[in-house]
Amino acid sequence: MNFDDTPQEAAFRETARKWVEANAPKELHAELSKSSLGRIRLAKHDIVDVGKAWQKKKFEGNWACLHWPKEYGGRGASPIERVIWQQEEGVYGKLTQPFQIGEGMCGPTVMAFGSEDAKRRYLPKLASGEEIWCQLFSEPSAGSDVAGLRTRAEKKGDNWVVNGQKIWTSGAHYSDYGLLIARTDPNVPKHKGLTMFFLDMKSEGVEVRPIKQANGMQEFNEVYFTDVVIPDSQRLGAVGDGWSVSLTTLMNERMSIGARLATGVPEMFEFCSNLMLEDGLAIDDPAVRSKLASWAAKSSGLKYTSYRTISALSKGDRPGPENSIGKLVSGMMLQDIATYAMDLQGGAGVLTGSDEETVQGQFQQMLLSSPSMRIAGGTDEILRNIIAERVLGLPGDIRVDKDVPYNKIPTKGRG
Amino acid sequence: MNFDFSDDQKQLRDQARKFLAEKCSPKAVRVVLDGKAPYDKELWKGLAEMGFLGVAIPEEFGGAGAGHLELCVIAEEMGRANAPVPFSSTVYLAAEALLIAGSDAQKKKWLPAIASGEAIGTLALFEGKGNPSPKNVKLTAANGVLNGVKKPVADGAIADFAVVAARTGPSGRENDLSLFLVDLKAGGVEVKSLTNLDPTRGQAEISFKDCKAEPLGAAGEGWSILTQVLDRAAVLCAFEQVGGSDRALEMGRDYALDRVAFGRQIGSFQAVKHMLADMYVSATLARSNCYYGAWALSTNAAELPEAAAAARISATQAFQHCAKNNIQVHGGMGFTWEFDCHMYYRRANAMALGLGSLSYWEDQLIDRMRKKNAA
Repeated sequence: MNFDDTPQEAAFRETARKWVEANAPKELHAELSKSSLGRIRLAKHDIVDVGKAWQKKKFEGNWACLHWPKEYGGRGASPIERVIWQQEEGVYGKLTQPFQIGEGMCGPTVMAFGSEDAKRRYLPKLASGEEIWCQLFSEPSAGSDVAGLRTRAEKKGDNWVVNGQKIWTSGAHYSDYGLLIARTDPNVPKHKGLTMFFLDMKSEGVEVRPIKQANGMQEFNEVYFTDVVIPDSQRLGAVGDGWSVSLTTLMNERMSIGARLATGVPEMFEFCSNLMLEDGLAIDDPAVRSKLASWAAKSSGLKYTSYRTISALSKGDRPGPENSIGKLVSGMMLQDIATYAMDLQGGAGVLTGSDEETVQGQFQQMLLSSPSMRIAGGTDEILRNIIAERVLGLPGDIRVDKDVPYNKIPTKGRG
Repeated sequence: MNFDFSDDQKQLRDQARKFLAEKCSPKAVRVVLDGKAPYDKELWKGLAEMGFLGVAIPEEFGGAGAGHLELCVIAEEMGRANAPVPFSSTVYLAAEALLIAGSDAQKKKWLPAIASGEAIGTLALFEGKGNPSPKNVKLTAANGVLNGVKKPVADGAIADFAVVAARTGPSGRENDLSLFLVDLKAGGVEVKSLTNLDPTRGQAEISFKDCKAEPLGAAGEGWSILTQVLDRAAVLCAFEQVGGSDRALEMGRDYALDRVAFGRQIGSFQAVKHMLADMYVSATLARSNCYYGAWALSTNAAELPEAAAAARISATQAFQHCAKNNIQVHGGMGFTWEFDCHMYYRRANAMALGLGSLSYWEDQLIDRMRKKNAA
């Protein structure tokens, strides 16, 4: 048992480190290093602009999407080399945010189901950051039950005509292409009538509207489709096979979202180390210590769980199911920590401005944003179902709509 | 990175699991649970023959000289089987104290006897309520004799010798504490069995009256040695707790698959599935913290104090969580004496206190993290 690289891994790390050292945008280092709980705030730059510049440089240096095959813009790197690269890329990895959906979900789906022409046309430009991709799955009435989606695609000659609405689309406003799942046959049970496509986001009839979120920010969009035409050559997988195609995408989503998780523990430790309560520092208070220690143990549990996964990759094994706990644990922890930090702030905890008493409202922001951590990329409840069914082998849910044609499934709960 | 046990170590785990499945069935555990024997002597003998008792004891002292990673995988299996033997007292506490602080003669006398199963050892630390602390040790040592009462002492009624924490100075400061080695069969002690949460591991009160004792380690070094022993034992106990957590989770899962209510397997209800999923999460966090503790223990890393505290907290919480919810999944049947659920519930809650309670270790973790952050 050790934490050391193999000689081969060490050599790879050295190459990566030297390249990052020579090429990274060091002027952004301080800003990117600031703890922001997954959020990136750059005072003078747009994340898409600086992100594209970094991605292009990486692509030219052969470091973009490095686990992809060379002919599609990658480096043909092994899973452990990808992990080592991410460690060496460090805070600059935050600049890849606009490309994560493309690299993590859309790219792998095109790679698995696209034609050779499509792969050669789209994947290298995705890898280089020249073209940004988004994912169009969730709908207002199809979240956890995404197979219940309503957006229709109808065949007209060699084309498909799409009408409907998607929601929670990150980056739709700056994306060039989108991966779209739509209903092509409403007369069969819901999982069987879906088909996957990709489309040009500049197509006529595509309208992108930002969503104002519960925390007051705007990071996602709604996308409306009105008679949008998609050529049949942009279909991925067979007609009616969209569900199984989407499983490839979603499997990759869970892996990519789980990669960099904020827990709030370092922020909370620092906060409690500096906060003066009536009887002394918060960190000397037994009640505070007890909670803080439990969170710290959970957070270290997550860290070493990911080390176990990395070790499996290093040996060339498939990682075990243990990594599935990451988002479930960290999402709840963020919310609990934010609530408790504000409890310690007492009356002033209600303030959300740049007040000294609340350390510029960082926990207030955490509180307001944390619900999304427990929903996006699989709700806590869906994740527990996945652990129960796939890891523990418990029976799947009884699905009352399984064999019912889609257009016969009830759509309203009451009246 | 190779943050995993080696193939040989995994093989040893399988070997231990197989051995314990055969020699330490729930039926065998119940012999001790029902008070028909103070511990499972046959199993103890078997563990010695397998080389498990001395796995981390160097060959020159009669052990297998394998190492602590090997001991960790065996510990996990001992926890999984709920073994009714004085393994933790003898191997994690007494043997570790000897390895850290024993003179050559002391090691030669006791370690081979531990490895061969002839000697049971324990640590006599607690004196009534309270957690490990120099202030809580009132038993005195003067002129080579001990006077005072230790309670509770794990496996005290069956132990042949004990490592005893005693006060050798006037105040309750750390350097007023020293450790002593006492042959419990040599007189000067009175031992009384106490009833406790987990009858598969006995607890006793030991009164020392002008009892002859030899120093273990230098005078005034008691607290420093004890801290090291407790950290090492915390990692090893955490592996037992993880083994117990996994077993409790499996029992709950199996019952949820077998039991039918309202016309379906109860494991198909989300309320039950989510409870079991949460148990898996706790057990996984604990296992990962334990692996880090195992690494720190086996390499004697500077990170051991922090790693041990995190492993201890995580494993204590996981075992309590899994044992408690295993009963809940079983419903009424889980509350019968006949079902095995309560054996793990008892063990989980007794183990949560043995080396100091959860709040003690939470305190330790914060102190150690602060020390690291300050450095």
